[in-house]
Amino acid sequence: MRGKYKQVLLLAVVVVVSASMLTSARPSGGSVSGKITYEGTPAKQKPIDMSKEPSCAKQYTTPPTTETVVTGPNNALENVVVYISAGAPDEAAPGKAAVFTQKGCRYLPHVLAFQVNQELNVMNDDQTSHNIHPLAKINREWNKSQPPGSPPIVDKYDKAEMIPVKCNIHPWMHGTFAVLKNSHYAISGEDGSFTLPNLPPGKYTVTAFHESYGDQSQEVTISGSESKTVSFTFKAKPY
Amino acid sequence: MRKMNLAKCLTGIAVLLVAPLVLTAQQGESHIGKLTGNAGTGKQLYFRYCWGCHGFRGDGNGENWLPTGNYPNGPNLNIQPRNFVAATFKCRSTPTGTLPTDEDVYNSLGRGLTNSNMPSWITLTNQNRADLVAFIKTLSERWKTEKAGAEINVPAEPAPTVQSIQHGKELFTKLECWKCHGPEGRGDGPSASTLTDSNDQPIRPYNFAGGSRFKCGTTNHDLYKIFMTGLDGTPMPSFADVIKPEDAWDLVHYLRTLQVSRKSPELALWEGTKEGAEIVKAQKVRGTPTGSGVNQ
Repeated sequence: MRGKYKQVLLLAVVVVVSASMLTSARPSGGSVSGKITYEGTPAKQKPIDMSKEPSCAKQYTTPPTTETVVTGPNNALENVVVYISAGAPDEAAPGKAAVFTQKGCRYLPHVLAFQVNQELNVMNDDQTSHNIHPLAKINREWNKSQPPGSPPIVDKYDKAEMIPVKCNIHPWMHGTFAVLKNSHYAISGEDGSFTLPNLPPGKYTVTAFHESYGDQSQEVTISGSESKTVSFTFKAKPY
Repeated sequence: MRKMNLAKCLTGIAVLLVAPLVLTAQQGESHIGKLTGNAGTGKQLYFRYCWGCHGFRGDGNGENWLPTGNYPNGPNLNIQPRNFVAATFKCRSTPTGTLPTDEDVYNSLGRGLTNSNMPSWITLTNQNRADLVAFIKTLSERWKTEKAGAEINVPAEPAPTVQSIQHGKELFTKLECWKCHGPEGRGDGPSASTLTDSNDQPIRPYNFAGGSRFKCGTTNHDLYKIFMTGLDGTPMPSFADVIKPEDAWDLVHYLRTLQVSRKSPELALWEGTKEGAEIVKAQKVRGTPTGSGVNQ
């Protein structure tokens, strides 16, 4: 009986030790997480009148609203791009394409983040023509028509930039391309939360960008595999 | 032997001294056919003729321009002068998002831009316009790091036929040109009143019924290039990925029939058909902004 207990104890010790060895063998992954909130009164989002585009209007029972400021409970601010603007090395683009879909005369997602030189695919799922017009200032500005059933528009950007995107045919359609230098980015969700995982130890500048409220930055230092909390509060404007 | 070495040495030094000069000279040049424009001469011309509108830095913020709604003494210019620092050009023979060729910019200077305050500079010599192109290219970093786009291929134009006009009409509907340009090409489509250019200034889609000249030329060839390359900086997108080259000529032929006050082989063909005659007659009765061509 006692021998058996010893064996179990030994096994447990081995398991614990090997488990801890496994964790330490992994690349040290610190992280930055937090919450994006607003203070004040954000502009009221208006229902979109899609009556001029019946093929889109009929997809909604209640008209969707504009998305210049999207908020959640407890003053949470959605659609904020959080990224490491300094301190992390530039990274090669991942092989996977970033996909931007036009559906129901809206952009899905409203804010699309991807890396410099990463392939971008623009899809049209609608029964109407759109024109995709990313208003780049640092990168090249182009403007392409995409009728229903067209193959995806494939492109990439070679410089980091926050690019407003619009469709001139449907003036309510607005979105953002966030072209970033590295893979450490996130977009705040409905509860305003975000997480930037797998950050090696170092000193970083964390930047949060919102299409209507601009950007804010904070310095953060990560040692070992610690998790730091960084939160941003944007001043909402009622107009 | 010693002399040879000395000669080689001197040549080497000479090359080293001259090389940077040659490089800068090339950066400050434009090439249009047999013309070679010089940026130095172009600079003098620019600060005599262009900077009042296009600005001291070439950023389109000359003192003659004020944004819409800011006119103390009535409107000055309605469309912001081209920003040569951003180097986004409407009239190109190159794909959307690329730099135009030297010849594209040269042609815009000679032609002027219709429905804007950019006049035709045909009064300047060809050489002077080439010089201006060379100087304009020094105003943006883009010309240092990028080459002009590859000119789009424009196949030979087939003769217009009733079939090609009818097919063009179908394309006009299918590609939803009418959303902005209106079902009769009068620039009054459902989205027309909402359009803004890339400077957030209101902009009107082209009214085919009201004019004979386009923003970037007058010929069928120019018209082909306008919708295939798009007018960068405006809501007009590129259709190069969407329209097959042979279909593109059909659209050109149809667009000509929308210019009811301008005589063209396409309009004559179209009026020769029952369908076309009715459409053109209805358009003419509505009248054209110039009142010309109305046969009452």
